[in-house]
Amino acid sequence: MAVRIQEADFDTGAELDRLTQGNKRIGGLAVFVGLVREMHVREGLHRDRIDALTLEHYPGMTEKALEDIEAEANRRWPLEATLIVHRYGRLEAGDRIVLVAVGSPHREAAFEACEFLVDWLKTKAPFWKLEETPAGEKWVGAHEGDDAAAARWEKNRQ
Amino acid sequence: MKVRYFAWMKRTVGIADEEVAPPADVKTVGDLVVWLRGRSTGHAEALAEGAAFGAAVDQRTATFDVPIGGAREVAFFPPFTGG
Repeated sequence: MAVRIQEADFDTGAELDRLTQGNKRIGGLAVFVGLVREMHVREGLHRDRIDALTLEHYPGMTEKALEDIEAEANRRWPLEATLIVHRYGRLEAGDRIVLVAVGSPHREAAFEACEFLVDWLKTKAPFWKLEETPAGEKWVGAHEGDDAAAARWEKNRQ
Repeated sequence: MKVRYFAWMKRTVGIADEEVAPPADVKTVGDLVVWLRGRSTGHAEALAEGAAFGAAVDQRTATFDVPIGGAREVAFFPPFTGG
């Protein structure tokens, strides 16, 4: 189990190699990599392109929140390895934001736990996105779909 | 006790954090919100009734009925948008 919050980029391949190294009980590794996608937002009559965003977080609380989420995944599924790496600071379109990797003897647990971790970290970890558009900076509002995605794990306990 | 503000709330209040010593009748997160509103127009706007924000007490998410007696740090922030 490991959680890291960092400004620097991560090497996905190297992270996954390190995570599984020496553990021969892992039969499946499910991985999610979140990227900054190029987006267009409508502001009145204008369409603005988002060139970059800045991720702010709450040092101290972020680590605790992610460790809680990771511990919950380990309670619900038989996991051999979990890793969450989340970046903060200024990121441009195409940059990696987050890596979630889950190793388990079987693929079902790995897939489910990986999806659970991504859904929960979006709604329970203290990160905020500030988007840069040609018209200026704009704080991103919470997405209702994210709450719904996180909520289904509240009911549907494995 | 240290009070911290994040994202747009930090800009609206005008500061990232402050040391405060609320009176004894400020017992919960909700009491603190009401009391902080009186500190400036920025506070009043950021912590306005109906504004969408959450709180943490000593770096754990907390609802407004959570007591703050003995707390070292209380934080206020908009809904999370990470991942």
